[in-house]
Amino acid sequence: MIKISHLVKNYGNFCAVDDISFEVAKGEVVGFLGPNGAGKSTTMNMVTGYLSSTSGSVTIGGVDILDDPLNAKRLIGYLPEQPPLYPDMTVAEYLSFAYDLKGCTFNREKHIGEICDVVKITDVKNRLIKNLSKGYKQRVGIAQALVGNPPVIIFDEPTIGLDPKQIIEIRNLIRTLGKEHTVILSTHILQEVQAVCDRIVIINKGKIVADELTENISRAVENTRRFNVKISGPQRDVLATLRNLPGISYAEVLAARDGDAYTYMIESEVGVDIRKKLFWTLSDKGWPMIGLEALGMSIEDIFIAVVDKTDEEKRPGLRQDRKKKPDSRRAAAEKAMASEIVEKTADDRKRSGDGEPEEEAPAGDYYEDHTVTEDTFAKMTEKAAADREERAGDGGEKKGE
Amino acid sequence: MLAVYKKELRSFFINPVGFVFTGIFLTLAAFLCCFTTLKTKTYSTSNFFYYLVLSLIVLIPLLTMRSFAEERKMRTEQMLLTAPVTITGLVLGKYLASFTIFAGCLLVSCFDFVPLYIVGKAEAALNKDAITHIGPVTSQIAASVLGVLLIGAAFIAIGVFVSSLTENQLSSAIITIAVLLVMVAVNVLNTIGSDSEGTRLINSYVVRYIIDWMSILSRFSSFRYGILDWSALVYYLSLSFIFVYLTVRVYERRRWA
Repeated sequence: MIKISHLVKNYGNFCAVDDISFEVAKGEVVGFLGPNGAGKSTTMNMVTGYLSSTSGSVTIGGVDILDDPLNAKRLIGYLPEQPPLYPDMTVAEYLSFAYDLKGCTFNREKHIGEICDVVKITDVKNRLIKNLSKGYKQRVGIAQALVGNPPVIIFDEPTIGLDPKQIIEIRNLIRTLGKEHTVILSTHILQEVQAVCDRIVIINKGKIVADELTENISRAVENTRRFNVKISGPQRDVLATLRNLPGISYAEVLAARDGDAYTYMIESEVGVDIRKKLFWTLSDKGWPMIGLEALGMSIEDIFIAVVDKTDEEKRPGLRQDRKKKPDSRRAAAEKAMASEIVEKTADDRKRSGDGEPEEEAPAGDYYEDHTVTEDTFAKMTEKAAADREERAGDGGEKKGE
Repeated sequence: MLAVYKKELRSFFINPVGFVFTGIFLTLAAFLCCFTTLKTKTYSTSNFFYYLVLSLIVLIPLLTMRSFAEERKMRTEQMLLTAPVTITGLVLGKYLASFTIFAGCLLVSCFDFVPLYIVGKAEAALNKDAITHIGPVTSQIAASVLGVLLIGAAFIAIGVFVSSLTENQLSSAIITIAVLLVMVAVNVLNTIGSDSEGTRLINSYVVRYIIDWMSILSRFSSFRYGILDWSALVYYLSLSFIFVYLTVRVYERRRWA
């Protein structure tokens, strides 16, 4: 649905985006990650046709954004970093303007009403935008992107300034949208990516450094062999026992202390589930285990490791001294995983670059109809109403009992 | 384009700017009309239109200062430029909205001539055997209104263009005033000094001719006397066209920068 190939953007001598290529299939939700100044927003702006690229091309549903901007832009709903709101308009006026601007042909009142219901701004519909709180403004921005039910939706940090409940609602909304729409989501909040996206693209210094299915990353993250165990007992003896226990490759005492119990970090050997054995051993010794916590690697760790790694590669001299003293075993494991991901991405990119020249899109494809036929928002509001009724029904029954 | 046009028109009257502009314009026109015709006991409206054009130098920037500067500052241009609208449509929408307000004000202020006609009619009734026409000359007024409309169109194009270059409403307004002032007042240079005393500021006839040719005001004089001057018409229209086109180019260029 979205095809970005060899996209480059130079600002004078500064290269903001350096040869980015990726594709997003229809119905895919892609998380676009990267540290500040990595070129996320620039890429988004090029994909939506706000900026032009120095070289490379972007096609939306087979339509090149520079060759035929009107038809390409018709397919996109875009929420920029700073929601583009007119403070002197009311929410309803503003959405009505967006509706006109996009040249929609739905039933205006109904369509806008549905969108307001979906992002929950119906109760502020007649208020001036300048009087709304940050969260509401953000939601109005989201609503604006949804007007016209475009098949491609691009969100630049959509959940900034929302309260936790709203964040969850918006994430659910994005997930629902992802069933029929193609969504690109740029964000700093990594849990969000993990919760919502099918695929994660990490970009650093204008280059793609990782491109992996969320599933794969999550699996790698969950497949942990490290635990924090809290054991009540003499510290030295416990540590010695842990170290001698077959199946444990590493053990150390962490500083945390709880009464006479200490926290130990252990790492099992590959393919061994140490937990049961550990329990029986400790119970034999008469040292009660009062806590066991699996140390998953968080997606943050991977993100940081990937970014760090690519930074290192770019400036080998600067990071040399830091490299020499590994902070901990944990960091080492992350680094290993990060380099695996980075190398895989680099390989993929190399392979795709070597391959035969891209085949031209068939002529018929160009005018393919990408309009989302299903009335997404109507369905959503219906569903919400049904849920509410159900809940109300449940409440009634309970009262009846 | 229509969406932008409608939104612009509405935003003029959501903001105080629209009311301030119409208020000042109509009041000023009424005062000018009163002082240049009724007070000075003449039916000639040429002075009225002359002063009206001068006051447009200050009034038009009020109208155009917001158009693009505000969009840029509020980052709303991102919405406009990623919407399925051409840049030409966008600029034209904004331009035409400003022009509509201006034209509306001008046409409404034509009612200022009603007392002139009433007085003229009364005086004509008193001097039935007068050979000359008594009362205001409708063709003169019509031509002048057309001339002012054209000048306004050109001024608005310039204002919109300046607004597209800045991010600040105030600087946009001030720069527009400066530009308009120069364009209107260049032919004043020609009239400084006199030939008989040898104190002419610009001695070369060619330079004077060119300055006169460029000046907005010198071309207006034929309209004031009821003459439809085609070269002036083309001049004003092309001036508007050039600046609308330049505004479009500014936006195209910024995308590529």
